[in-house]
Amino acid sequence: MSRAVALHLGLIAALFAAQFVLPTYHQGNVARIMVLATYAIGYNVLFGYTGLLSLGHAMFFAAGLYGLALPIQHLGWGAGPALLSGVAAGALLALVVGLLALRTIGVAFMIVTLMFSQAFYLSVLLAGTWTRGDEGFVIPAAKQVLFGIDLATPTTRYFAALALFSLALLATLALVRHPFGKTLIAIRENEERARMLGYDTFRHKLGAVVISGAISAGAGAGFALLFGYAGATFASVQYSIFPLLWVLLGGAGTVIGPLIGTLFIFYLIDYASGLTDAYMAVVGVVLVALTLFAPQGIAGELRRRVWKGLP
Amino acid sequence: MLAALEGAVTAAVLALTAIGLSLVFGVMRVVNVAHGEFYMLGAVIAWSVATSLGGHPAIGFAAALVIAPVVVGLLAAAADMTILKRINYDPERTIVATIGLLYIIQQVTLMTYGPEARPVEPPFNHRLALPWVEWGEQGLALYWPWGLSTTSYKLAVIGAAIVVLLGVWVMMTRTKIGLIMRATQLDRDMAQAFGIPVERVYAIVFGIGAGLAALGAVLIVPIQQAYYLMGADPLLLSFIVVIIGGLGSLPGTVLAALLIGMSDGIISVFFSPTLAKILATLLVALVLVFRPQGLFGTRAA
Repeated sequence: MSRAVALHLGLIAALFAAQFVLPTYHQGNVARIMVLATYAIGYNVLFGYTGLLSLGHAMFFAAGLYGLALPIQHLGWGAGPALLSGVAAGALLALVVGLLALRTIGVAFMIVTLMFSQAFYLSVLLAGTWTRGDEGFVIPAAKQVLFGIDLATPTTRYFAALALFSLALLATLALVRHPFGKTLIAIRENEERARMLGYDTFRHKLGAVVISGAISAGAGAGFALLFGYAGATFASVQYSIFPLLWVLLGGAGTVIGPLIGTLFIFYLIDYASGLTDAYMAVVGVVLVALTLFAPQGIAGELRRRVWKGLP
Repeated sequence: MLAALEGAVTAAVLALTAIGLSLVFGVMRVVNVAHGEFYMLGAVIAWSVATSLGGHPAIGFAAALVIAPVVVGLLAAAADMTILKRINYDPERTIVATIGLLYIIQQVTLMTYGPEARPVEPPFNHRLALPWVEWGEQGLALYWPWGLSTTSYKLAVIGAAIVVLLGVWVMMTRTKIGLIMRATQLDRDMAQAFGIPVERVYAIVFGIGAGLAALGAVLIVPIQQAYYLMGADPLLLSFIVVIIGGLGSLPGTVLAALLIGMSDGIISVFFSPTLAKILATLLVALVLVFRPQGLFGTRAA
């Protein structure tokens, strides 16, 4: 077992152990952070490893959220099939968006994803009869049951969040060690060269968009299932900016970066919102400071200074 | 007819806002996501100037018309020199940094100005009835129906926007500063080699771009109200306009602003505004995908 695998298994073990020491309030927070970090991991596959900056990932998160919540609410589905339909909705949306948006590069790609996401958000509002728009709706506790386990208690919720997070973490670790992941990194570093070497860069990038969209949708579906709520806020621009912020702070293109970034920002916002209503100002300051002083993020700096082999 | 006139007012203000965004993109090759917040800032400053001066509304308004764009322009130029210059105008990092700027400006306004929407009194506001032509008993007849009216202020907004747009056009094509800007746009390194202070040009362009957005906001604020979240819609619409008009092309931008402004007024009569917005955003995304040079552009962006 290599050091990298040991590090990530150790991280999961530490999170597992944390459940027994953390007070209830922080236990709920960390469960939430792990689900959001899963979203950040999904974002990181595209931004960190493939080098494509999307400003519209909220649509994938929300596709998972509604892909799970709507069938439960209106078709009476159980949590299991609904979870699958959530992930499938995200992957399908990612495939369509990817096919269109990948025809553009750079700034145009950012704007196209932003526009698609905005159209998705407005569609959620337009379908207010089913989605209840901004107000959202609550998934009844009786439906938050998977394989006979009630997910609405703090302990089971924590472990379910940990399971989701571990799955995503180990999947990305496997991905970046796989030839497919290595090709993505080659595309990020120099797409022209990767194409010259004979790689079909379009199909690799499309694959990255779909994987990223599916993981993000999985996080969205998990969020709706564990916390029993679906609302249009999760499709808004803010939720496209958050994963960018988490990944930038934690370290783009590192496997553990998304968790570090999400943890920091979550508690920073939690603290700031106790002081003022204008807590989003903190987000702004951190974004500007990051672009100016630490474009590599925390894990990126660690990789540069401490351990060059950090995946 | 009335919808078209409302559309013309929207188009006029939109053209001012979008031309600022287009100018910044054209010369500096960066996208300013905080553009909508400079617009909002213009409206908020207009409100504070107008209320602190008192007296006849026209005095406060005239002062705001001068002060707001200048203050916003200086702020933007300062932001350019402290932030954008240091990241060397890298397109992607600029977007991230201006998103940060967006939240800072918006939230600081929330802290100081508060969450209320506040009106500014227009300097003059006469109700004008509009004539309507109809085929009557004695052939074509002109009459003044009820409800078909506009205010003199709205017409003045349209007029003012045309004057300013002409001014920008003259500045870009006929003056030395315009020449310098165009030179910088064509080839940054060559311009620098010829002794043009490129970084100062960038700061000026960024300032003018934000100032134009603020000017548009001052003009609109007697019709709408100043509100800390008001920057989102103009930002989205300006994006749409700039992209459809062809990134960085000034005449294309004005033409697209007319098209979008007019159609926004007219479409929203027939569709619900949400559906109109969805169609507009999807249209823009598809234009960028299939015609990246814009509908009126000829050169690849």
